[in-house]
Amino acid sequence: MACDSPPERMDAYVDGELSASEAASVRDHLRTCPSCASDALSRLQLRRKVADAGVRYPPTSELRNKIVSQYSTRARPRRLQWAILTVPALVVLLVILSANFFVARQRMREQRFLGEVADLHIAALASASPVDVLSTDQHTVKPWFEGRIPFTFNLPDLQASDFTLRGGRVTYLEQSPGAQLIYQLRKHNLSVFIFQDRAGEFGKTIFEPVEFQTFHMETWSEHGLRFTIVGDVNSADIHALSELVRGAG
Amino acid sequence: MPDQRLPAATFENLALPLFDQLYNFAHWLTQDRAEAEDLVQETYAKALRGFPTFQPGTNFRAWIFRILRNSFLTTRAGLKATVGFDEELHTEVAATRDASAEDILVEQANREMVQQALEGLPVHFREILLLCEVEEMSYQETAETLAVPIGTVMSRLSRARKALRAALAKHLKGGPHGM
Repeated sequence: MACDSPPERMDAYVDGELSASEAASVRDHLRTCPSCASDALSRLQLRRKVADAGVRYPPTSELRNKIVSQYSTRARPRRLQWAILTVPALVVLLVILSANFFVARQRMREQRFLGEVADLHIAALASASPVDVLSTDQHTVKPWFEGRIPFTFNLPDLQASDFTLRGGRVTYLEQSPGAQLIYQLRKHNLSVFIFQDRAGEFGKTIFEPVEFQTFHMETWSEHGLRFTIVGDVNSADIHALSELVRGAG
Repeated sequence: MPDQRLPAATFENLALPLFDQLYNFAHWLTQDRAEAEDLVQETYAKALRGFPTFQPGTNFRAWIFRILRNSFLTTRAGLKATVGFDEELHTEVAATRDASAEDILVEQANREMVQQALEGLPVHFREILLLCEVEEMSYQETAETLAVPIGTVMSRLSRARKALRAALAKHLKGGPHGM
């Protein structure tokens, strides 16, 4: 390196901006040239002094808090205030929304369930042999189901009623076997479905008779079993049968 | 083109650690606390707004310092500080050619003297010294911050140092009130 090289070069050396080979060449020169060595030293000193003197203005804690609270997602005192006021409102809203959602989902599930049961009723009546066990005697029908379905149930004594038992069949709802009992009332067929109620899936309350498509239906849960009555009779008749079935315990 | 936007947490992680440095730089530019505070707040607001355009993998520090500097240059103080600035002229006026004497003077200069000398420098010299010496930015980073070629960084930095030496010499020769 020549002594008359531009000051930028010495600056670049001091700033560590030269390539390794260029820096080596400058170092070699500095060993033999006291004037340039002194110049380099002076530049280094100035650099250090500016680096030190330049850190001069600390920000106020007010500004720091302001910036941090505005741009930090972790600590936001101001937003927090807002959040404290808003959180209860949000919770209420969330509760309402989730309740609505839950109700809607529950309703959907009920509708689907009722629809499927109604389909089973229609399918059974449309088939060539609606019943697998043809008997008007509950004492014949009930034992027939033993070993065919994984639960037992009692059937009502119909002697004091207008209902007659036609028989029963094994049916399936979502791969679960259940009992379908077919009753007759003034030429109308009614089905009583009995399935295992998995974890109270359809709620525990006794439903009021509901109208589903052209049917009236009623469903309830009792002793882990889900009972559903469906038929093209009026809701009072449906309810009369449901009371008989429930009475059989 | 894939969405290269970074999440807000990344802006926070990148920008908040630079707060002290940005403030220091802003105060050096404005020479006024209130103006520096406004400038820093403006910088953060602009940076957050512009963050989606920030290219990940490029230099965030240079990017946000450039926002601060550009914001300053558009203020009244910034315009006043830079209008009529002539790099060559300033260096010629400031520089005296007595290297060995200056070298000795630099050694004697204390922190306060250096600060006063820096204050007296034109903004373009002051800022480049602060970026290179205080922020320890590389020439490349400094070039990005100032939006000038590296060659300009090198020549301006040399001139700025020369001007600073001259200012220090003037201080020392003329005493603390010699300016």
